[in-house]
Amino acid sequence: MPTPLLELRNLSIAFDTERGQIRPVQGVSLSIFPGQTLAVVGESGCGKSVTALSILRLIPGPPGRVLGGEVLFEGRDLLALSEKQMRAVRGKDIAMIFQEPMTSLNPVFTVGEQIVEAVQLHQNVGTREAYQIAEQAMHDVGIADPAKRVHEYPHRLSGGMRQRVMIAMALSCQPKLLIADEPTTALDVTIQAQILELLRKLQEERGMAVMLITHDLGVVAENADAVAVMYASKIVEYAAVNDLFDSPKHPYTEGLFRAIPRLGRAGGRLQAIAGTVPNPRRFPAGCKFHPRCPRMSGDALCAQKEPELREIAPGHWAACHHIENFGQKPITPPTSDAIRAKAEART
Amino acid sequence: MSALLQVRDLKTYFPIRSGVLSRTVGWVKAVDGVSFDIGAGKTLGLVGESGCGKTTVGRSILRLIPLTSGSVTYNGEDFLAYRGEALRRMRRKMQIIFQDPVSSLNPRMRIGNIIGEPIEVHKIAAGAEKRKMVASLLQRVGLDENDAGKYPHEFSGGQRQRIGIARAIALSPDFIVCDEPVSALDVSIQSQILNLLADLRAERNIAYLFIAHNLAVVEHFSDEVAVMYLGRIVEKAEARELYANPKHPYTTALLSAAPEPDPRRKRDRIVLGGEPPSPANPPGGCPFHPRCQLTRDAAAQGAAAPNTAITLSPRGMNGSISLRVIDFGGTTEVTSGDAKFPVLSKCAAEVPPLEAKDGKPGHVAACWVTK
Repeated sequence: MPTPLLELRNLSIAFDTERGQIRPVQGVSLSIFPGQTLAVVGESGCGKSVTALSILRLIPGPPGRVLGGEVLFEGRDLLALSEKQMRAVRGKDIAMIFQEPMTSLNPVFTVGEQIVEAVQLHQNVGTREAYQIAEQAMHDVGIADPAKRVHEYPHRLSGGMRQRVMIAMALSCQPKLLIADEPTTALDVTIQAQILELLRKLQEERGMAVMLITHDLGVVAENADAVAVMYASKIVEYAAVNDLFDSPKHPYTEGLFRAIPRLGRAGGRLQAIAGTVPNPRRFPAGCKFHPRCPRMSGDALCAQKEPELREIAPGHWAACHHIENFGQKPITPPTSDAIRAKAEART
Repeated sequence: MSALLQVRDLKTYFPIRSGVLSRTVGWVKAVDGVSFDIGAGKTLGLVGESGCGKTTVGRSILRLIPLTSGSVTYNGEDFLAYRGEALRRMRRKMQIIFQDPVSSLNPRMRIGNIIGEPIEVHKIAAGAEKRKMVASLLQRVGLDENDAGKYPHEFSGGQRQRIGIARAIALSPDFIVCDEPVSALDVSIQSQILNLLADLRAERNIAYLFIAHNLAVVEHFSDEVAVMYLGRIVEKAEARELYANPKHPYTTALLSAAPEPDPRRKRDRIVLGGEPPSPANPPGGCPFHPRCQLTRDAAAQGAAAPNTAITLSPRGMNGSISLRVIDFGGTTEVTSGDAKFPVLSKCAAEVPPLEAKDGKPGHVAACWVTK
């Protein structure tokens, strides 16, 4: 068993607000191995971005603070480092790219100046050499004519180009781990395909590990080796990508797969998950998914006791009280035709 | 049978102004000659990337932005001829649902007033009767009738989209423009909203123009799908037909770029080089030719020789395709990004017409190369 590059152990984060404490991340444990892509999937408010930010200690505190747990990078607990030591890790060993490439670039500096700043922070090189590194990094991410583009301001670039610049900046110091927080959500589908292909290629060339945060199961299927599904502050399922897509064990994961329309299978009714994504201020008691769960509705155990993450099959964990005694019975909701017939009967 | 809505040669241009006198120095052809029909209770899906003009089409046909030329016929009558009170009465029948459920609801208005306002403005009901209508609308979209007294911020994104839908159906419209109605919503909520819209369509025989960038969502929801590129429809067909048998290389590229939730399926992806050109300065000839893989492959395979039958097996297309046997006029060198390559001269010089292709009736595409 190789040792993980990054390991989160029982990480919990709290925000102390005027209206009480919010706990967006509760007892999250995960591992990322060198060269591997771990996808963290979930909907808004599930804690996936807060988890990512806390690895680099980018959670503003106050109001945010770590309640407990460890963030081990190459065996070293990042939470125990001084701010100065941490600055040497950020951007050097672990780099991050964000969803919105416009707001993550400074509009009053050229893209070259911004990449050079990152390079000179971590590498002892002169300005001319730093610009060479910047141009090489821009060339590596497929930006045509980098010697000219390096002197341009962010507003001159399209969304896809800006995201390439962000990736160039993140990769300019050869990080071992790249955290990509919804890197393609703001982009068009053909540009998304370009960026994901680029990330795969760079990852292969450099043996870099990637933590990919996304809500898109298509992106997960095409890029991830392992997947952690988060729901309401916790990991509810964790498995290798094929295992997860072949046989999801948690009713939330299962529901997500049924809810998405797929190309080439037009028509029919989608099997929606009832209810809404819970607000972190008002997580339900017991299993946090139980108010929306179609599996064992009304079960007292689910409403009272929060299930632990258990290993259901080798390397496949899920947090549900009812995995063994639940067959994969699809629930068929009424079709549009049935509803139309009913409406006609009324008139 | 004539369609509920007929749009013919719709053009919407925006002026580019420059200098101290704000003189018009050019035009952005956001929509450049779009035609389609939507039958009662039917859904036309409109897909394309940002900037292709799909939102402008939706707003132009509702006359929310002035169109430059073209005709919009609603129930056999010229919708563009309506003025004043008559126009306002027509507007009851044509509504819109917006992408962003946060900015499309006034934060200072209670839900009851947001939904009740159109009912009052159009003098359909007032007072207790109006409140009763609002309550039943709220129930229909899956909210509680007591929610009428709340403000938008008290609701989640999915619930706010339900409020937007309740407002749109308040006047019993026959036609609704849905402008990216689920793009801003969480995955588990998207399917609820899509199901609600489908149920309303079945119950009330509402026709939709369904604008979205997610191909799987559009294919699932629509009877017919039109693909837009740079202000024009480049392909239109029945939803399943378009997916199974794409005839425009841009459609093929879009289909192959959409990430699919199946880790075992390794596809031969066409990654389009370059970016969509600016509609202020579109390329001549076929607007897609600088990014088109098909014309490059065809040029490389010798299709430039006049009237030769060529069969290609391009990536992303199902099996092999036979090219049209016409005179493509040799090849022309084209620069895209930092790459140079030859394309068929006809593609670079002439705009292909939207014409019938081999396949199901009604399948049209604008491409010189495919049959």
